[in-house]
Amino acid sequence: MKNSVFTATVTAVALLASMASAQTDITVAIQLEPPNLDPTGGAAQAIDSVLYSNVFEGLTRFEGDGAVVPGLAKSWDISNDGTVYTFNLNSGVLFHDGTSMDAEDVKFSLDRARSEESTNAQKGLFSGITDVAVMNSTTVKVTLDQPNGSFLFNMAWGDAVIVAPESIDDIASNPIGTGAFAFSDWVQGDRLELVRNDSYWGTAAVLESATFRFISDPTAAFAAVMAEDVDVFVGFPAPENLPQFEADGRFQVLVGNTEGETILSTNNKMPPFDNLLVRKAVAHAIDRQAIIDGAMFGYGTPIGTHFAPHNPDYVDLIGNSSYDPAKAKALLVEAGFPEGFSTTLKLPPPSYARRGGEIIASQLRQVGITAEISNLEWSQWIEEVFKAKDFGLSIVSHTEPMDIGIYANPEYYFQYDNAVFQALMIELEATTDPAGRSALLAEAQTIISEDYVNGYLFELAVATVAKADVRGLWVNQPTAAVDLTVVSWAD
Amino acid sequence: MIFTYRNRHNIIDKAVLNICSSQETTIHIWCCFYRLNACAIGPVRFFKVIRYTLGRLLSLIISLVIASLVIFSVIEIIPGDPASFMLGINAREDTLAALRSEMGLDQPLVVRYFDWVIGLLQGDFGNSWTYKTPVSELISDRIWVSLPLAIYALILSTLIAFPAGILAASRRGGASDVTIMGATQMGVAIPNFWFAMIMVLIFAIHLRWFSAGGFPGWSNPLQGIKSLTLPAISLALPQAAILARIMRSSLLDMLSEDFIRTARAKGLTRGQALWRHAVRNALIPVLTIIGLQFSFLLAGGIIIEQIFFLPGLGRLIFQAISARDLIVVESVVMLLVFTVIIVNFAVDIAYAAVDPRLRIKA
Amino acid sequence: MKPGLIIGSFLSIIFIGLAFFSFIWIPYDIEALEISNKLKNPNLNHWLGTDHFGRDILSMIMMGARTSIAVALLAVGIGVVIGVPLGLFSAARRGSFIDEVIMRGNDLIFAFPSLVIAILITAVFGPSAVNAIVAIGIFNIPVFARLTRAAALPLWERDFILSARVCGKSEVRISIEHILPNITNLMIVQGTIQFSLGILAEASLSYIGLGAQPPTASWGRMLADAQTLVSIAPHVALVPGLAILLMVLGLNLMGDGLRDLFDPRIKGDRT
Repeated sequence: MKNSVFTATVTAVALLASMASAQTDITVAIQLEPPNLDPTGGAAQAIDSVLYSNVFEGLTRFEGDGAVVPGLAKSWDISNDGTVYTFNLNSGVLFHDGTSMDAEDVKFSLDRARSEESTNAQKGLFSGITDVAVMNSTTVKVTLDQPNGSFLFNMAWGDAVIVAPESIDDIASNPIGTGAFAFSDWVQGDRLELVRNDSYWGTAAVLESATFRFISDPTAAFAAVMAEDVDVFVGFPAPENLPQFEADGRFQVLVGNTEGETILSTNNKMPPFDNLLVRKAVAHAIDRQAIIDGAMFGYGTPIGTHFAPHNPDYVDLIGNSSYDPAKAKALLVEAGFPEGFSTTLKLPPPSYARRGGEIIASQLRQVGITAEISNLEWSQWIEEVFKAKDFGLSIVSHTEPMDIGIYANPEYYFQYDNAVFQALMIELEATTDPAGRSALLAEAQTIISEDYVNGYLFELAVATVAKADVRGLWVNQPTAAVDLTVVSWAD
Repeated sequence: MIFTYRNRHNIIDKAVLNICSSQETTIHIWCCFYRLNACAIGPVRFFKVIRYTLGRLLSLIISLVIASLVIFSVIEIIPGDPASFMLGINAREDTLAALRSEMGLDQPLVVRYFDWVIGLLQGDFGNSWTYKTPVSELISDRIWVSLPLAIYALILSTLIAFPAGILAASRRGGASDVTIMGATQMGVAIPNFWFAMIMVLIFAIHLRWFSAGGFPGWSNPLQGIKSLTLPAISLALPQAAILARIMRSSLLDMLSEDFIRTARAKGLTRGQALWRHAVRNALIPVLTIIGLQFSFLLAGGIIIEQIFFLPGLGRLIFQAISARDLIVVESVVMLLVFTVIIVNFAVDIAYAAVDPRLRIKA
Repeated sequence: MKPGLIIGSFLSIIFIGLAFFSFIWIPYDIEALEISNKLKNPNLNHWLGTDHFGRDILSMIMMGARTSIAVALLAVGIGVVIGVPLGLFSAARRGSFIDEVIMRGNDLIFAFPSLVIAILITAVFGPSAVNAIVAIGIFNIPVFARLTRAAALPLWERDFILSARVCGKSEVRISIEHILPNITNLMIVQGTIQFSLGILAEASLSYIGLGAQPPTASWGRMLADAQTLVSIAPHVALVPGLAILLMVLGLNLMGDGLRDLFDPRIKGDRT
């Protein structure tokens, strides 16, 4: 009798003790698994999702609201002509293997990224750099060939993080960075583990460890969250389940925006899409709201041009492509297609594309356009649509921030060739004053809207489902990242 | 009569027509095909067995070579450039070229085939292009999920099927027979991914007895087994249904054989005749099927691994095909085929040792 | 007639009937999406409810029946058209080298994990109903070849065949005129079984996205689409699954019943 009372008391005390201290580990699930752990050597967003700001840091970095703030560089000076950036680095910064981070490492990283043999997916970010010079251990001077208004913005990207020559050989499997977390283990196909870096140069993270799980299947994602197998799911792939989580007191749902413009890509050089009237007809045949409701269950913001609506420079041009099937049919007759025509609609794996594609195909059928659907894997999509440009229509979300510049590249897969627009982009790159940039961006957005280059559908939303006690998660995704440095559990 | 491969075929085919019942024909044909018919008695037998074993070994090697050729050529036809897929939409041409030469894609096909085969023989499965680690590491990580899952499913299906089949056969025509046969008909007809879906809904989401999937590793063996339970049940159910039916029909055939009539004439009760003679003999084809089911289970777990997001070989194949990671696909498919061929070979050899009835030639 | 055969035939005929009827009339056009009408429970307008795109589920089931039956039937067709002649040829040339080669080829196909090959085929040639037919059909060939050979072999020893040989008939004529009619029953039974396996295989392939593509309806794809909705609108997941289950069950029962009907040798229990 006495024994059981004793045991009960001990158990109760233990329980109370464990409840008193907040949890210090977290399990975060994301859809895609990184193929390797080198953010500077490949394009997979998943690498950044896991490592950006947690393990690796750059000269500057993105905050949750999209602002570009100092990272490893605590301050910088820009020369009057805008071509020389002098970065002052934080001192006493150590890599996770104990070696120090200094200007030599910055030079190494930038030179490596812009070299001939570089496999950096965003080599263009570094192409304007003509020289990187080490002034002293905490000062680096970067010279550009011309002023670039987005240089600091570019240096915040995950492809521009600072790496060390001592650990570069194994970076793909053993990433050594300067961040608040250090890489601990990776069981491929299952999970990746991080531990807190106790010699971090800045404010230490609250969490002691973090585990990333990779769950691509929407059903499995739902099951994992419901069964409380994971604490957080960033980029939850099944928007239809969000109301259920919102109604359940165990969870919180954060819906934010991304830089992902979801568009109906149109091959501007393939007849009949080389005819502006046909493209305009397609634009009026589409009912954006039906696509948002049917494919994304209401999550997503309509867009009228290739620009993020939450960005202050956004211009609302939705009126140019309002839902008007009668007008669409009239335009087709005018273009010489009274009976309509057939084309291909090639869709990559994400559900916004697959579901959105079925809805669009049905809407196009109503005006006489027969779109034959092909569901492709990413590598096939890249082969057929992106490289061979063998497609009529496709749906994809362009997630790089401020990427309206892709419309200035006539070789880009939708093959839009407008000299006026190209000149505009060159001018934009050289402009650094904000008012000037706003005006130029507004003009750019108007041009591509009135040329009906692509069907502009909606800005992708991102949903994060987490247990109710988790604090500090990013709501928006200004870049692909799951920043755990300020995440904690409420007591 | 001197043993030859051809004679074996003839006897087997006679067996096929007698034993095979409806649905299991496919499995039966395969299993019966591998029943041995070693012959000759006495001192000559030893040499016959050696000659037989060498013959089977030769055909094993030929099968493997042909399989490797077929796999290599099929997979090389897959369109899709791994380099573009890995570097993404905005990658530039020079970086793509650099990656392609790093991966050896610019070498002629024949050279790549022989490099691959020689590597396989040495245990070097190449390096995965997407994960940048040796394929053998990827396989050895994942086989510790797929293999236990297959064994677990095999045990479950056997535990369910044996009693069910024996019960149904011994009470032929009775209520339990009809019920069990009805249940097996359902078990065979149900799509296993749908069954998995329903089980996750009930046991993982509503009751929370099991997790919805994932694999926490073997550091805690009980947790590991628990996470494999729902997947193993999904895999095991259709196999159990088939196995139960085979057990029942095999047993029924045994029960109609003359030696049973003799046993009864000798005074054994029905139950004794059943257990002492019928079941032991009926076990022989059943054991063969279990050996072959194992290969099915190993390969057939692909969908199940997707549903329960288990980091196993099946899901690896899926992901590798999407990523156009040819080395991984080639090596893993080769491994699966190799396993199946080896298991068949082992079953053949063991069969000759185990089954005395087939050793004596009339 | 045994109850199994009756129930099985009944179930099979319902679905086959639905499939044929769909050519004449279906309640709603499945290509007209009505997002505002999505996920309605079964009601008077939509007897089985609507799916996440507002499509009528009963219409989807009818169109899906068309797809499943077409794919499975053609796959069996491939197996029969290629496998049966192979088996007959092998039996006619029993014991020869070519017989060996054919049988070894069969074994090799059996050794390959079929789902992986199906995935490979659709990865090479793109996902579509036609490629699903080829992928499933390939694995039907060794089944029919094996069965035909096994059934034909003993017939070659029979007297009436020997007398045909004596009359000077060629192997081909003997195979077609004498052997084939005697093994037809076995082929029908096996064909029914392979047909039901084909339905399951088509559902599995569509489920992972490798079968018929939208807007063609397919039961397997309906299940895949319905997975995340199962807690919101269960009927969307239950109905296609039940359809697959009942159709396969019906065909299996019919196959078993036919086998019992054709084969008068019922093994007695001698205990």
